[in-house]
Amino acid sequence: MSTTVSLIIVAAILVFIVIFQVAKTSEYISLLKGEDQTRKQNNRINGWLLLGFMVFGFIAVWLCNEALYKKTLLHQGAASVEGVKQDQMMLITIAITFIVFVITQFLLFFFAWKYQEKEGRQAFYFAHSTKLEIIWTTIPAITLLILVVFGLRFWFTITSDAPKGALIVEITGKQFGWIMRYPGKDNIFGKTYFRVINDENNNSLGQIWEDNAELKLKADPANFDDIVTTQTMYVVKGRPVKLIINSRDVIHDVGLNQFRMKMDAVPGIPTTLWFTPQYTTAEMKERTQNPDFVYEISCDQMCGNGHYSMKGIIEVVDQAEFDAWMAKQKPNYYAAFPDKDPSAKPIADSTKTAVAVLNK
Amino acid sequence: MSEVTHIHEHAVGVSHEAHHEGHHHADHGSFLSKYVFSQDHKIIAKQFLITGIFWAVIGGFFSVVFRLQIGFPDAKFPWLETLLGEWAKGGQLQPEAYYALVTIHGTVLVFFVLTAGLSGTFSNFLIPLQIGARDMASPFLNMLSYWFFFAAGIIMLSSLFVQTGPFSGGWTAYPPLSALGDASPGSKIGMDMWMISMALFIVSSLLGGLNYIATILNMRTKGMSMTRLPLTIWAFFFTAVLGVLSFPVLLSGVILLIFDRHFGTSFYLSDIFINGQALPNEGGSAILYQHLFWFLGHPEVYIILLPAMGMVSEILSVNSRKPIFGYMAMVGSMFAIAILAFLVWAHHMFVTGLNPFLGAFFVLLTLLIAVPSAIKVFNWLTTLWKGNIRFTPAMLFAIGFVSLFISGGLTGIFLGNSALDIQLHDTYFVIAHFHIVMGVASMFGMMAGIYHWYPKMFGRYLNNGLGYIHFWITMIGAYVIFWPMHYEGLAGMPRRYYKYDIWESFKQFGTLNQIISIAAIIVFLAQFLFLANFFYSIWKGRKVTSKNPWGANTLEWTTPINPGHGNWDGEIPEAHRWAYDYGKDGQEFISQTTPVGDNESKH
Repeated sequence: MSTTVSLIIVAAILVFIVIFQVAKTSEYISLLKGEDQTRKQNNRINGWLLLGFMVFGFIAVWLCNEALYKKTLLHQGAASVEGVKQDQMMLITIAITFIVFVITQFLLFFFAWKYQEKEGRQAFYFAHSTKLEIIWTTIPAITLLILVVFGLRFWFTITSDAPKGALIVEITGKQFGWIMRYPGKDNIFGKTYFRVINDENNNSLGQIWEDNAELKLKADPANFDDIVTTQTMYVVKGRPVKLIINSRDVIHDVGLNQFRMKMDAVPGIPTTLWFTPQYTTAEMKERTQNPDFVYEISCDQMCGNGHYSMKGIIEVVDQAEFDAWMAKQKPNYYAAFPDKDPSAKPIADSTKTAVAVLNK
Repeated sequence: MSEVTHIHEHAVGVSHEAHHEGHHHADHGSFLSKYVFSQDHKIIAKQFLITGIFWAVIGGFFSVVFRLQIGFPDAKFPWLETLLGEWAKGGQLQPEAYYALVTIHGTVLVFFVLTAGLSGTFSNFLIPLQIGARDMASPFLNMLSYWFFFAAGIIMLSSLFVQTGPFSGGWTAYPPLSALGDASPGSKIGMDMWMISMALFIVSSLLGGLNYIATILNMRTKGMSMTRLPLTIWAFFFTAVLGVLSFPVLLSGVILLIFDRHFGTSFYLSDIFINGQALPNEGGSAILYQHLFWFLGHPEVYIILLPAMGMVSEILSVNSRKPIFGYMAMVGSMFAIAILAFLVWAHHMFVTGLNPFLGAFFVLLTLLIAVPSAIKVFNWLTTLWKGNIRFTPAMLFAIGFVSLFISGGLTGIFLGNSALDIQLHDTYFVIAHFHIVMGVASMFGMMAGIYHWYPKMFGRYLNNGLGYIHFWITMIGAYVIFWPMHYEGLAGMPRRYYKYDIWESFKQFGTLNQIISIAAIIVFLAQFLFLANFFYSIWKGRKVTSKNPWGANTLEWTTPINPGHGNWDGEIPEAHRWAYDYGKDGQEFISQTTPVGDNESKH
C-alpha cells in the first residue's frame, strides 16, 4: 500500500514538474516568436475550448442524468399523498430552471467564442438600454412570483393542522437514536418532564407517573397507557399521521425522504409535521424492486459524532396489521412497574385495582 | 473642492517624503516595518492574500482527507495514521476526526479564505488605487485588522492540536451541540478556541470594513464621484457595509454562547438530558442562536460573493474591450442584494419549526433576490455580446464565475422555496448549491482578481500557460465534483454523514462518491500549479514593462509599475469620466484621467 502511495506521489510530482517546465519554456518561446502572435494563438485556442466545454458540458449533463436519475426519489415517486404534489412542483421548478440554465450558459459560451478577439473587429460601444433592462427585470420577477405562489399554497397545506382523525405519534431524538410514543387507548399523551428521565428504569422520556415532591410534580394518569418503542414506528397506509417531534439533548432532525418531509427536533420546543402514507412498506418493496427497502428516518441535523448512524425505521402497514401490532404492545408504565401490570399473573388483581384507583 | 483639501490633509504624512524623491519609502524603514508591520495598504493586501492562500491549502487539504473517507469508507490509508495519529487509527479516519475536518474546512474557507482572503486582499489593494487615494483612511487600523486576523488564525490552528480535538459540530456551530462538552468531544476546549478565534476575526473584519467605508466615502480623488467609481469599489463598499452591520450580531450570538457554556446561563439551553443526567437549564431557545447566526450567516454569503461580482464585472469589461452593460443597474442590483441580504436569513430555518406564516415572507424575499441576480447575469452576458474578447486567464476565470453563478444561483430557487426546501434541506443538494454559487464561484472571482491584478501587485506577470491549465482543470473539476451532488440530494442523501453503508436509501451512490473524491483530489493538486506559479513569479516572473498592460481605464494603472507607499509619485490624478469608456468613438480605451473631449459622443 505504502509503495503504491509513494509511487503515486512521485508520479504526481513528476507530472507537476513537467507541466511547470513546459509552461516556462513556452513562455520563452512566445517571447521569441513575438508576444502578440502567441497571445492571439492562445486566444483562439481558448475561444474554441470554451465552445467545446459548452458542447461537452451539455452532453455530460445529459449522460449524468441518464446515469443518476433512476437513483433519485423523483424516479421512485412520492410515498405520501402530499409528496405527489411536491414532486410536481419539483419537476416544474426543474423544468423552468433548466430552460434558463441552457439559454444563459449557451449565450455565455457562445458569445465568448463568437466575439473572441479578431483582427479589425471593433467592440460595440453599448453601455445601457433601458428597454432591455426592464425586460429582464420583469420576466424573472413574474416567473418567480408564479413559483412563489405555487410554493406558498403548497407550503400552507403541508404546514396546516393535521386532518382530524390523524394518527398521532410522538418521536423524540437523542444521541443517537429515536424514541417513539403512542398515546394509548385514551389518545392523550401523558405529561413528561426531562428531570425525571431515567433510562435504567424504562423512563427514557421522563413520563411523569409518580408524584415528586421535590420537583413539585403530580403523576399524570394519561401516562399509564402510553406505549413507548424505540427505532421503529408503525403507521397506517392511507391514514394521515401527525408527528410531535422532540429532542432530549441536542438538535436532531426527522428526515422522511420518501414522504418528502423533514422537521427539526429541538430540545424544549416541540415541532410537528404530518403526512399521509400511500404505500405500505411491502408495496414499496415491490415498487422499487428492492426486497430490502425500508422507510428510513435519517437524522438530518448534525448532532455529534454518531450523527451518520442515527437511523429510525417507519413501517407502513394496513389498518389490520397495525391493530394487530398495537395489541401486542404493552404500556411503558408496566415495563417500569412490572408489579402494576394486570397481565402479570401473580398480583394481577391488586394491580388492576391500583390502576383503577389511579385512573380516577 | 472640499474633497481635494481633504485628500491633501491626509496625504501630508506621505508627501513630505514624496517631495524630494520619487521612490519614497524604497530605501527607508527596516524589513519589519516595510513587510511585517506595514501600514501600506498594498503590503497589507498581500499579507491577507498570502495568509488566505495558506488557509485555502489547509482547508482544501482537509476536504481531500474527508472526501477520501466519503469515497473510500472501507479503505485503509496508513499514511493518514502517520499524519493524524489517533484520529486515523489503523489508517481509518475516525468519526470525530471526520467531523472536525468538515467543520474546520467550512469555517476556514468561509471566513479566512473567502472573507479575509478575498475582501481583505482586494478591498485593501484596490480601494485606494482605484479611487485615487494614497492609502486607507486609517492605515494603522488597517494594519491592526490584519494582525487580528492573523491572531484568529493562530488560535484556530492551535485548536487542531488540543487533545479533545478542534470543534466538530459544523461551521454553523448550533447549540446545544456546540454548547455542551458532553455532547461531543469537539465541543470542549476546541469550541472555546473556535469562539475566541471567531471573535478576533470579527474584530479584524470590523476594523477593515469601517476603514473601507470611510475611505470610499471620504477619500476619492477630485472628479471621482460615486457614479464614476469602478464596480469593484461599489462591490467592496456594499460588502463592507454588510460586514459592519452583521458581524456584530454574530459576535453577540457567540458571547451568549460563551455565557451558556461557562457561566450557567440558559440563552440557548432548555430541557436537556445528556450523558445520564438532566442539566439545570430551562427556558432557553436553541433556535435563538440560529436567528443570530444566520443574521450574519446570510449576509456573509454576499460578503463573499459581492467582491467577486465586482471584480468579475471589471475584468469582463476590460477584456471584452467594451463598457460594462448597465452600470447603474449593476450598482442598483448590488444595492438590492445588500438590502435583501438582511431580510432572508430565516430561509436557512424553514425546518426548525419556524412559524409557517413567517416563513412565507422569507420565501418571498428570498426568491426576490433572484431578480437582481438575474439582472447581473444578463448584464454580464450583454457585456460579452459584440465585444472583442481577450482570453487572459483572468478573463477565463471571470467567464467561469458567471457560468458557476448561473448554475448555483438557479438551485437557490429550489432551496428558497420552503415547500421544496423541506425535502432538500441538509441534503447534498444544499452542498452542491452553496459550493457552486458561493464557494467555487467566489474562488473563481478571487482567482480572476489575482491573475488580473498580479502585475500591479508584484510588477511581474504570472505564467500564462500555467494559468490556462489551472483554469481548465479547475473549471471542469468544479462541475464534475458538484454537479452530480444534486442527484444525491434529490435522493435525500444527508450531508455530514461519515458513511452511508447502513442506509438502504443512500448507499446506491458508492461509485459516484468515489468519482467525486478522485475529482476533488485532482482539482486540489492542480491548485499547486497555481501556487508554484504564484510564488515563483513573485521573484522570477516576466517583468511588467508598461504601466497599463491590460489597456484598462481605472486609476491603478496610472501608478508606477512598482508603486511605493503613497501610490502616485506626483499629484494624485484627477478622474474625468467613468471607468468604462472602452471602444468609444473608435478608441480602444480612454483612461479615467483623460478629460472629456469637445466632440466626444455621449453615452
